[in-house]
Amino acid sequence: MAGESYPEGLKYHPEHDWARIEGDEATFGITWFAQDQLGEVVFFDPPEVGASVNANESYAEVESVKAVSDVVAPLSGEIVAVNEALGDAPEKVNDDPYGDGWLVRVKLSDPAQVDTLLDVAAYQELVKGAE
Amino acid sequence: MPFAGWEMPVQYEGIRQEHVAVRTGAGIFDVSHMGEVETSGPDAERFLQRVLSNDVTKIPVGGAQYSVLCRDDGGVLDDLFTYRLAGDRYLTVTNASNHERDHEWIASHADGFDVTVTDAAAGWAMIALQGPRARGILSELIEGEAPARMHATETTVAGAPALVCGTGYTGEDGVELLTAPESAERIWDALAAGGATPVGLGARDTLRLEVCFHLYGNDLSEDRNPIEAGLGWVCKLDTGFVGSDALKGFEPTERIVPFAFTGPGIPRQGNAILTEHGEGTVTSGTMSPCLEVGIGMGYVPLEATRPGTPIEVDVRGKRRPAEVRERPLYRRES
Repeated sequence: MAGESYPEGLKYHPEHDWARIEGDEATFGITWFAQDQLGEVVFFDPPEVGASVNANESYAEVESVKAVSDVVAPLSGEIVAVNEALGDAPEKVNDDPYGDGWLVRVKLSDPAQVDTLLDVAAYQELVKGAE
Repeated sequence: MPFAGWEMPVQYEGIRQEHVAVRTGAGIFDVSHMGEVETSGPDAERFLQRVLSNDVTKIPVGGAQYSVLCRDDGGVLDDLFTYRLAGDRYLTVTNASNHERDHEWIASHADGFDVTVTDAAAGWAMIALQGPRARGILSELIEGEAPARMHATETTVAGAPALVCGTGYTGEDGVELLTAPESAERIWDALAAGGATPVGLGARDTLRLEVCFHLYGNDLSEDRNPIEAGLGWVCKLDTGFVGSDALKGFEPTERIVPFAFTGPGIPRQGNAILTEHGEGTVTSGTMSPCLEVGIGMGYVPLEATRPGTPIEVDVRGKRRPAEVRERPLYRRES
């Protein structure tokens, strides 16, 4: 399992998701804090490519041995890719939550929503409060 | 994680890692939450024959036996291991959350028997040592020979008095050690130093489910009788145990089966099972670390219990294909 980290340059949702914004697309994943709370991820149930996701709503589930967690979309848009590698190796979500453990790639329908997300400092404050 | 008044770790290093350690090496589990009831006296055998479902007269001194405790209507109060320590002295291990009820139930049936029924839970700590390397690690620390499977020996381990039992809940070879609470740390440390991996409750559950051992509260309850639960083999109806009358001639309409997913997903307790012959319910479910698919146990209509029967499990609205399997779901490649 990776050590606790919250990279600069990502945008964070209070439900412990991150978004890496690249033009009008973004990659989503769950934060170190989320994977740590969940424990070893053993199953990721991805949405279908082409499905639309709405900010603040669940778009997928990640499961550990003991628990199921909804994954909330930080931003709205349409799924353009899902991380197929998690089918065989869901533990990547634990090992590398901001890299190989990414979940989906989304074409954003409303890039202005980015302003509603937290920067790393604000998210770290939130995590500190949750511990 | 609090459990029946005990603080217990769900995991030490990681559930999957701990699970694999038990399948390939050796693991130690602190199962001191298990309760103990001691029954002694001239009528001990005759009395336990009345309250326990199995044929208690078949337990030799130094032997062990699995049974269930039934209500008068056959509902299962608990599933238990009983060790015969002497001709007139038995130790019965209970599940933590049922312990007080079990003790009261057993004691309440003692009228007319010359026995003493004692709640011995405070006097015992319990450590399970399980896995293909378990006996090798134990052999360096035990005085004398370790007991064979389904037997128990009073001896010392790491210099501390212990009741060593050839039983377990993982499907692997190994032992369970009952000792005084003040000796538990010493034995634990010696077993860990010998190479056994500490294993938490999380892997205890995945290990037992791969080999289809029942968990009380999931797969067994007062609402199910042992015939439905597939435990008819521990019910010797002609011994006249409490509940046997209700079970005589009982024809189940549902029975518990193990199953495995044939596609993605993880079954969870309470999920509906859909079969051609009606609905059933998942009582235990997890992702199998060894088989790498979702596995579980659940009650299904009798017509759907044959291994190979295709079923579906409704996991939060998604129908996941699965198949009824033989038990155990996991078997070591020999």
